[in-house]
Amino acid sequence: MALNLIRKLMVSSLFCFGAASASAETFVFTAIPDEDETKLVERFRGVADYLSSELDVDVRYIPVKSYAAAVSAFRNNQVQLAWFGGLSGVQARRLVPGSEAIAQGVEDQAFETYFIANTSTGIQPADELSALEDELEGKTFTFGSKGSTSGRLMPEFYIRETFGQQPEEFFSRVGFSGNHTRTLRLVEAGTYEVGALNFQVWEKELENGNIDTDAVQVIWKTPTYPDYQWTIRGDVNERFGEGFKQRVTEALLNLDDPELLESFPRSGFIPASNDDYEPISKTAEEIGILD
Amino acid sequence: MLQSPTVRTSLIFLAIALVALLFTDIAITASNPWRDLGNFFLGVVTPNFFSSEGLMTALLRTVAFAFVGVALGSVCGFLLALVYRWLPVRIMCAFVRAIHELFWALIFLQFFGFHPLTGVLAIAIPYSGIFAKVYSEILDEADPEPGRLLPPRTGVIAAFLYTRIPDCWVQMRTYTAYRLECGLRSSAILGFVGLPTLGFYLESAFSQGHYSDAGAMLILFYVLIATMPLWVRPKLLPVYLVGAPFFLGEGLPIVWGNVARFFTQDIVPSPLRGEEGWSGMGPWLGDMLINQAMPGIWNTVLLTQVALVATGIIALLAFPLISTHFGGPVRRTSGHVFLVIMRSTPEYILAYILLQLWGPSMLPAVVALALHNGGIIGHLIGRQSSTIRLRTDAPTGLDRYTYELVPRVYRSFLAFLFYRWEIIMRETAILGILGIYTLGFYVDSAIQNIQFDRAMVLILITASLNIGVDILGRYIRRKLALQTMPTC
Repeated sequence: MALNLIRKLMVSSLFCFGAASASAETFVFTAIPDEDETKLVERFRGVADYLSSELDVDVRYIPVKSYAAAVSAFRNNQVQLAWFGGLSGVQARRLVPGSEAIAQGVEDQAFETYFIANTSTGIQPADELSALEDELEGKTFTFGSKGSTSGRLMPEFYIRETFGQQPEEFFSRVGFSGNHTRTLRLVEAGTYEVGALNFQVWEKELENGNIDTDAVQVIWKTPTYPDYQWTIRGDVNERFGEGFKQRVTEALLNLDDPELLESFPRSGFIPASNDDYEPISKTAEEIGILD
Repeated sequence: MLQSPTVRTSLIFLAIALVALLFTDIAITASNPWRDLGNFFLGVVTPNFFSSEGLMTALLRTVAFAFVGVALGSVCGFLLALVYRWLPVRIMCAFVRAIHELFWALIFLQFFGFHPLTGVLAIAIPYSGIFAKVYSEILDEADPEPGRLLPPRTGVIAAFLYTRIPDCWVQMRTYTAYRLECGLRSSAILGFVGLPTLGFYLESAFSQGHYSDAGAMLILFYVLIATMPLWVRPKLLPVYLVGAPFFLGEGLPIVWGNVARFFTQDIVPSPLRGEEGWSGMGPWLGDMLINQAMPGIWNTVLLTQVALVATGIIALLAFPLISTHFGGPVRRTSGHVFLVIMRSTPEYILAYILLQLWGPSMLPAVVALALHNGGIIGHLIGRQSSTIRLRTDAPTGLDRYTYELVPRVYRSFLAFLFYRWEIIMRETAILGILGIYTLGFYVDSAIQNIQFDRAMVLILITASLNIGVDILGRYIRRKLALQTMPTC
């Protein structure tokens, strides 16, 4: 009986390895999980359908749970294309030689971070972050994800630059909400007094009437910087045929389905290059996120 | 009373926890925590079973990963148990079980990616370490007498199969079945890092405030665990074991080059990869120790000590709920349901829920650890207390509790508590991934920054800390002559 059971266990574990090695030539892409998952799945399934019809290959979107997971999947060649933020894109392209930023949203050339505060703090909007020093000091503060450009890198950079202190020293409590929608909800609910988020998420939620403007307001806007972009691996042509990279690029640039664009939300996609993200790279090195 | 070593030990730990409490960040930062908690319970009582198309698949995957992972772990664990006397094997087993399933998953994610193997190995590896230890303990306790009665020149294997196994079989089977329940919990939480199990959907539902969806998932999970005796039947096991590997999902294909890269480049400390060489190692390690390891260890130890004592208090308060010496059948049934829920909910999920509701601080972690572990210990000593026979004229009510039952179960209570000390610490470290500043926070940060060399060093530190506490816990149990059976 014991042997029998053990034998069955062995056989079944062999099956598990056997079943594992099946694969198909599917073009897989992912995106950083910067917003509510339902929205992302809806948006990127639309993109997958669109790309599939334009490129004549199977296209699959896989949702991931963290920014790093998106970068790792790209690096490991389990996905060949990704919608990255500024920082995750730089990280990914450093890890995968030959990979390229091929398209960015029109709005991504001049992206912004909004600092928001719960109205119970009484903090009033200001043009300069330095003007808010006394009011902000000792408050609780939340970033978005640890790997986010607009939710972590840029706000941390300006906090350090303006106040000359690490965020953990300047604020009484610093958290990482996970994504922009959650930052908004946490500050709105007062769980954190202040937070920083992607300005597009704020504007879109505001437009859709999903923000209680009596509870939360924008107190400062950062200067602009380049952000999100589509990044593709350098070896896709070998795998999917000559000129594949060019076809993907064109498909993305030609994307004009208003509903799909609205879901990003971007007014359209324009060409991008790796050099566009040099400022992000420098900032990340300065605060030690990149070596 | 102070002469009693068990009482003295308890008081020392209580004092440590009180001092630790002074340094612990305990707060409810959400502005309206009770409203959110109310909404959550409203969600649980109005579950929506049809929200997500993937819910049933996720449940199936959760079971499949648990089966394959536990099966593989038990086979490897059994083989390791045979050579467990060998010190290197013991050290290796202690080491692999000191690393939490979620950490294993995070490591495998870096090179196997979203392949089923990631989830299977994340369960199988730490479980083999645990199985090896427990199986070897069971085998050691087998009666040596039948072996002595064999004729000379009996083969080693035949002797083992005919004299040792029959004596241990029932115990090993019971333990393996019990471990399967733990496997289901482990499998569920793997979803939090992106594997296609229940945690994946639970995290999405919760983070978006879809409490009815989350409630449905939790209820299904409890039902799954509570009905285990009905569907985990010896005769059906082969069917499950053969079938499970086919329900792990496809995931994405493995690229083997990534595995080589991970071990030859990613985890090599960055100074050694660059031009600095060994001279750069000092500053690199020093910086990490001061800025990440030390605060991480400090918070992990603080939280562990507070949670340990809170667990003890909950367990002592909870065990009368199911003890036959108190209340009637109605109260005991509801007590059972309550304890099943507490111990079936993985700490990680409980902590996640409470963090969402109360805002960030160590409080949700303490409460989650205490409820889950207190539920387990309360259940065990409650059952034990029911076997105690009291005199017909024994006092009732509070006197019965304090003078009759607590003193009688106190030693096994302490034994379970110290046994779980290491488990609580392992969980405390992992809760850092949720944003509490324990070691897991720094491991997660390193992984988010794609610095796997740092992540590995921090995971090694976490494992060493767990091994240290495990040794200390065993020392205390031996000193106090406490015996216990393993729990997970």
